[in-house]
Amino acid sequence: MNTLLCIPLLVLLGTLVPLCSTRYSRTACAFLTAALPAVALFLVLQLAPAILDGQRFQTAIEWVPSLGLSLAFRLDGLSLLFSLLILGIGLLVILYARYYLSSNDNIGKFFCYLILFMFAMLGVVMSDNLIQMWVFWELTSISSFLLISFWGHKSDARKGARMALTITGTGGLFLLAGLLMLGNVVGSFELQTVLDSGDVIRASSAYPVITVLILIGAFTKSAQFPFHFWLPNAMAAPTPVSAYLHSATMVKAGIFLMARFYPSLAGTDLWFLMVSMTGLATFLLGGYLALFQHDLKGLLANSTISHLGLITLLLGMGTDLALVAAIFHIINHATFKASLFMAAGIIDHESGSRDMRQLNGLWKYMPYTATLAMVASMAMAGVPLLNGFLSKEMFFNETLHQNSLGSISWMVPVLATLGGVLSVAYSLRFIHDVFFNGEPINLPKTPHEPPRYMRVPVEVLVALCLAVGIFPSFIVGDLLYSASNAALNGDVPSYSLAIWHGFNIPLLMSAIALVGGLVVYYNRQHLFKFQAQFPTNDPKILFERAIQQLVSKATWFIGFTENGSLQRYMYFLMMLTIIVSAYPLLDLDATAGHRPEIPLDALSITGAVLLSLASLATVIWHRRRMVALLTLSVVGLIVTLAFARFSAPDLALTQLSVEVVTIILLMLALFFLPQKTPKESSPRRVVRDLGISAMIGGIVGTVIFALMTRPLDTISDFFTENSKTGGGGTNVVNVILVDFRGFDTLGEITVLGIAALGIFKLISRMRLYMPSGNEQGRPWSSDRHPLMLSVVSQSLLPLALLVSAYIFLRGHNMPGGGFIAGLITSVAIIQQYVAHGVDWIKDRLKLDYQIMIGSGIGIATLTGLGSWLFGRPFLTSWFDYFYLPVIGKFELASAMLFDLGVFLTVVGATMLILANLGQLTTSERAVYEEEV
Amino acid sequence: MEGVYAFCVGLMTACGIFLTLRGRSFSVVVGLTLLSYAVNLFLFASGRLKLDAAAVLGMSEEYGDPLPQALVLTAIVIGFAMTAFAVILAMRARADLGNDHVDGRNPQTKESARQKAGGQR
Repeated sequence: MNTLLCIPLLVLLGTLVPLCSTRYSRTACAFLTAALPAVALFLVLQLAPAILDGQRFQTAIEWVPSLGLSLAFRLDGLSLLFSLLILGIGLLVILYARYYLSSNDNIGKFFCYLILFMFAMLGVVMSDNLIQMWVFWELTSISSFLLISFWGHKSDARKGARMALTITGTGGLFLLAGLLMLGNVVGSFELQTVLDSGDVIRASSAYPVITVLILIGAFTKSAQFPFHFWLPNAMAAPTPVSAYLHSATMVKAGIFLMARFYPSLAGTDLWFLMVSMTGLATFLLGGYLALFQHDLKGLLANSTISHLGLITLLLGMGTDLALVAAIFHIINHATFKASLFMAAGIIDHESGSRDMRQLNGLWKYMPYTATLAMVASMAMAGVPLLNGFLSKEMFFNETLHQNSLGSISWMVPVLATLGGVLSVAYSLRFIHDVFFNGEPINLPKTPHEPPRYMRVPVEVLVALCLAVGIFPSFIVGDLLYSASNAALNGDVPSYSLAIWHGFNIPLLMSAIALVGGLVVYYNRQHLFKFQAQFPTNDPKILFERAIQQLVSKATWFIGFTENGSLQRYMYFLMMLTIIVSAYPLLDLDATAGHRPEIPLDALSITGAVLLSLASLATVIWHRRRMVALLTLSVVGLIVTLAFARFSAPDLALTQLSVEVVTIILLMLALFFLPQKTPKESSPRRVVRDLGISAMIGGIVGTVIFALMTRPLDTISDFFTENSKTGGGGTNVVNVILVDFRGFDTLGEITVLGIAALGIFKLISRMRLYMPSGNEQGRPWSSDRHPLMLSVVSQSLLPLALLVSAYIFLRGHNMPGGGFIAGLITSVAIIQQYVAHGVDWIKDRLKLDYQIMIGSGIGIATLTGLGSWLFGRPFLTSWFDYFYLPVIGKFELASAMLFDLGVFLTVVGATMLILANLGQLTTSERAVYEEEV
Repeated sequence: MEGVYAFCVGLMTACGIFLTLRGRSFSVVVGLTLLSYAVNLFLFASGRLKLDAAAVLGMSEEYGDPLPQALVLTAIVIGFAMTAFAVILAMRARADLGNDHVDGRNPQTKESARQKAGGQR
């Protein structure tokens, strides 16, 4: 097992550890949870020297190579940097969360979510396949949702989590579309191929769409304007989550994405305008909003937005040096912002409030924490000797060297300085308002220093801020170089990480920012008053309103379309049918084709007229149900005749016997149903339905006419040629059924059997209303089984069975076969039921129709399986000719055995339905008579 | 001939659709039956119409297309099973719900049912 694969897998395994160890003490749980990520970090560090030397590790397990799907991981400079942040800060957060969470919180669950997030985030940065990267990307959204809503009893947490998921999840869908298009343009989902084909991508016509889609994904994730509002609302999460997800890692995923695809997508005007302008707007807006927050975490969240905007602006500038500065600021921001969040969490934890109007003068109560927080916020402000100063200096320098905005390019450095002023001002506010500025007001608790080890993570991070600030190239030089190298896909420009570059314009800008920040903060009362004039529109409320409007619209729409009325669904279905089927007809130039038509004859016209009249009569008299049934049977009979007329005797025989069975069935059913349909359709509905049915009828008629008048190109010649030689039968229809397409038939008789069994279950224990007379109120005839009928039918039975056997046996060579023979047998037996009643038959005919269905399907299946014994595929048929005295030459075929299965299934299914339904009349009537 | 045939199939389809759009289950079943006649004729005609063609080999030079015939043959039988299932379902619905409307409730009695429910409450 290679090391590279182990890193994410160890972390994945780590999600289970807290769940198993949650029953031990919280300390034990935290340490056990930290174990596997620590091993993963160790593995990363082990690979680090080689990567810093310029190597790149890749591993892939093929999954569906034809679709470009594989499980592929890579570790290059950029991934290394992010992996170190994710695992390193993750471990610190675990330690911190151990003290932050109270004993009421389910710490096992919390750690499980946290490690799940860690896994997802590692997956994003280490993925070597676009689709895989997207899957991990969405997993970060989901695990972030779980973490924000960890305190699910709070409405804020639920709403904030939902908002974050909605925004980032939607962005993820845009990203997916973008990645799919990107992969399509490149022809591969492998990351390295995509990175290497930047020129192809930029030249492709899909480039603008791809870029916009991917950038929307990145902007939503990294809380860029106008999607920034979810981040402050995600502050309802426990503070360790804010420190981890919403400052150091997840919000950087969007930044990571832009840096990752920098070689593929950057370097065009579109990229410059979208990325840098969004970044600049976010940078300023975040800084401005941060200044007016009263909530400690709200201030930090908005400052995070502002810093993310700064990084985005750098990425959008398009110069390679700006990218280096962006990566450098990613490191610095992660360290100082995570430590600031942790400090804010400590203050909240030990004083019971996050409101800066209450928090004042905490220096006296927690001087040590205050010192740490002050150092970190000075790093945020960009004070010299701290890491924030260095990257901000580089940032100012880069703003001076871009000229993509033409003659108004000078605005960028000015606005950047303005952003710097704002960030100094809110950093000052964080320091002065919280730790000085008088005494605390109405705090729920008396503030005090936190437990010793709760401070450790903050100390580590602040020490890093200082170390990077003082010895930049010694601490992060190599890492920054290799990350930039990976992000640029080679060719890193020369840059220097010194603290002192001499007196130059960036230094002046820093100085202006510091002084300006002081001035702004000093005059903050005026600013606050000015800001108070604006109506407060909380994005949370706006968002909730939008969501609720969407939900109510959707509910209305569902209520409109899906109101529980099947009649209405039918209407929609038919309308859809019209649209779908009429549309292609528009492209057909002529209705009639070139095939010559058969001339009309009187017989056919008579049939057509009768058919039309009977169909119309069925509709006109449909509310008098018995009459409608009679006209329906006329339609059925003419259809039978039509089959006979157009050279399909098999179909005519089948249709005739099915006709008999169907009409008997419907008459039986009608016995239990109302005899008349009430008049309830409004005239408008009648007209509407007439329109719909006329349209569909017209379409169907057109299609079939167009079809019939065009020449036929059939595959049936194969069947006709091979029927005799291959299937041993001259009735091609039957040979197709039992031989060529025997597998289909096997499926069909199985369906038939299932339908019959389903009906059997529906009939059992059905409680029906039993009418005592017909619709006029005349009681049923007491002479239930007329003598004439009994005698005639009894004598007809053997004859009918003989006909059935004949039809069955000749089926292979003449019209007939299992289906038809089965139906004829059924009709013969039903006739006995009609003539004698269920009880009479029951005493004489001991047939279990369920077993009959089962054995029928069984025989057919076994016939098919039998060919396996001879080493042939399923349902291979066999036939031969034999000679017997008296009978003469005859044929035996395995297909006949199969046909026997068909026969048994058809008889069983038909009889199971009708006999049980018929029995219902008898049993129910008996009960009725007893009651009377 | 083809034109008349197409007209008949279209008319049967229209009649079938109109009946399936009715509210009572029996009308729907009758409509479905009509519709399945039309569908069977439709499928059958995809092999083109032929008068006096041979059904079995060796009887004539011209054969009807056997493939649509085989398809329609099974379709007829399965269609019967479907009609039976639908009609039994309709009966079951009437037995369990007390009416034979496809929506499971009588449209006229909606108002009175609501009043009744209100009164009970």
